[in-house]
Amino acid sequence: MSYVLAVDQGTTSTRCILFDRRATVVAVERAEHPQSYPRPGWVEHDAARIWRDLQRLIRKVLRGVDPSQVAAIGIANQRETTVLWDRSTGVPVAPAIVWQDTRTDVSTLDAEFLKSRTGLPPATYFSATKIQWLLDRTPGLRERAERGDVLFGTMDSWLIWNLTGGALHVTDVTNASRTMLMNLTDLDWDPELLDLFGVPRAMLPEIRSSSEVYGTAGAVLPGVPIAAAIGDQQAALFGQTCFEPGEAKCTYGTGGFLLMNTGTTPVRSSHGLITTVGYRIGDRPPVFALEGSIAIAGSLVQWMRDGLGLIGTASEIETLARTVEDNGGCYIVPAFSGLFAPYWHSEARGVIVGLTSYITKAHLARAVLEATGWQTRDVVDAMNADSGLALTALNVDGGMTADNLLMQIVADFLQVPVVRPMVAETVSLGAAYAAGLAVGYWSDQRDLRANRHRAGSWKPGLDSGRRAGEYANWRRAVECAVMFSRDGQDGLR
Amino acid sequence: MSHVPGMIQSIERSSAVLRLLAAGPDRLRVKEIADALGLPKSTAHSILRTLEHVGFVEQDPRTARYRLGRGLLDLGSAGMDANELRGRALNWADALAARSGEEVRLGVLDDNRVLVVHHVFRPDDSAQSLDTGVRLPLHATALGKVLLAYSAPAEESAVAAGLDPYTRRTLIDRRELADALTETRTRGWGLSVEEWRPGVAGIAAPVRTSGGLVVGAVGIAGPVERLTDTRRQARPALVEHVVAAARSISRDVAG
Repeated sequence: MSYVLAVDQGTTSTRCILFDRRATVVAVERAEHPQSYPRPGWVEHDAARIWRDLQRLIRKVLRGVDPSQVAAIGIANQRETTVLWDRSTGVPVAPAIVWQDTRTDVSTLDAEFLKSRTGLPPATYFSATKIQWLLDRTPGLRERAERGDVLFGTMDSWLIWNLTGGALHVTDVTNASRTMLMNLTDLDWDPELLDLFGVPRAMLPEIRSSSEVYGTAGAVLPGVPIAAAIGDQQAALFGQTCFEPGEAKCTYGTGGFLLMNTGTTPVRSSHGLITTVGYRIGDRPPVFALEGSIAIAGSLVQWMRDGLGLIGTASEIETLARTVEDNGGCYIVPAFSGLFAPYWHSEARGVIVGLTSYITKAHLARAVLEATGWQTRDVVDAMNADSGLALTALNVDGGMTADNLLMQIVADFLQVPVVRPMVAETVSLGAAYAAGLAVGYWSDQRDLRANRHRAGSWKPGLDSGRRAGEYANWRRAVECAVMFSRDGQDGLR
Repeated sequence: MSHVPGMIQSIERSSAVLRLLAAGPDRLRVKEIADALGLPKSTAHSILRTLEHVGFVEQDPRTARYRLGRGLLDLGSAGMDANELRGRALNWADALAARSGEEVRLGVLDDNRVLVVHHVFRPDDSAQSLDTGVRLPLHATALGKVLLAYSAPAEESAVAAGLDPYTRRTLIDRRELADALTETRTRGWGLSVEEWRPGVAGIAAPVRTSGGLVVGAVGIAGPVERLTDTRRQARPALVEHVVAAARSISRDVAG
């Protein structure tokens, strides 16, 4: 019996999952790592700790399995998080700056230039300004980086470098596409961008595909091919086997990440979505994706629990919401830190509208779930418009898919079926698939498709007249959120 | 604190902690509780941790003070929130469907019926629709037999409501049902073979929260020839999968 080992190096934890040929989970090990918030807006990780965690997890997950039974290892990782380390000692020169960290300033960047080169809008998420920040503020660091004595990597690079005992400094094209340093046309480091951010090329990893044998692992996994690296949201797209243009997945957690496969040419968004590399298998043409995020999804439910105390556990939102037939005319727009795609209004603030004495906490619970449904609809509408493709079904994963009412609401609002796959761990599965493909563990993408089974699906049910009316109300509620901001007189762009 | 022989001291002490917290509007520190009851601080702390685990007290994360928990308010409403249960069961139910190749249901007792709170499709990509929210008969399904086996009042009320026949194999005699429930308790899992629908069998096992309280049942259902052997006995490998899934969910639920 042989297996593929997937690593999901996420924002709050690292997971190791062993999959068999039928894509069934054979063993799982998980370790959380601390989040460090040394100053307001700063978020840091200890990369050395994450590497130690990974070694321990690999040993634990392989209990009773010989490394020779592992056909390949694949890595999916939190994207954009920036690690700088010393090439000779292998020790990080500073704490890793996490994607959520907002210490850097992007206000002076040329948005149109960056979008045309990288597909990304200027935002603190992406690695470039994080590298720049470290090089600017650590004496002597830029010189060491220029000599290639200090290396940059996202978590994939850092872990592969360590797994190979410092022999390989590589990244994959999906991770590179999130650095804001890669040119989306030739998929290579862009000299003008490197110049703009003052990043020496000598410190950057080689950009490879998401699915190929980069090298073999050393001590922890002797002789096992390292055969995949892929950003976590892209990994979920791959794990959901969204291989055809127009196929999309949404991962519902504290926020939501919606990615749509747009085929082998990048689609430039005119609705504020991100153009990103979806995946690349070996030397085949890269597959691109449009990405839109829902800033507040599960976190709105958490707010209802912790901020308002209306429910005891997150799951009770469904119980409460089901005690009423509809929202009673009440709408919540969770613009806690502004409105994102497709509105992009950072000054907007959250509103609850349509209150009457009839409204109870159950109506609010319903409005909370509906807010996630409408935000999904907004992103999907933008994707359909940008890509010229019409979404025919939405593949979902993540913790919030346990909420049946929410899934029904999403199906009703999008007017397409919502499908939950049998393997909930789609990020890990995507890494396993990409690695397994590279070593021939699975023969081709059709082989992967055959593993895909529906665990549940929700059909759209709401009649079109009511849906249109509700959507119009949602849009009015969004306008209220904009109007309430200081510069709200301008209204929506 | 005086202790009556034959009584369990830790339950007496726990009761005293609850009365103390209920007595005033103020939230109390561990030391205040220990001092009030004349207990070592470590003992008071263990009692509070246990009461917190079962939901009878809550600790304010900012002040570290204790108050009565929501679990006390919910004492009258049996079981746990159905949606909470589904959230905890999600991954395990998926794995059960993948391993067994059959559809999976998670059920709870609800007004003389099994209420299906979660449903995972059979992994063969045939057309299927979710039957979450559907109510199934208690005495004729494996899920229902498990739920009845661990609740005497539910058994009584099911019998009182009348044991409707669905097939010629449905247990409609109260003694036959009682024997089947005893058997279910003894082996720790339930079986129904063509007792509800001809050609369909089910295997189910209990989901328990802390203290062993049964809050639901998880099981598979499918064609008789796949779930049972020629003597209409459940296939041991499938029983093992169902029981293992129930145990995993129980561990998750019990925290």
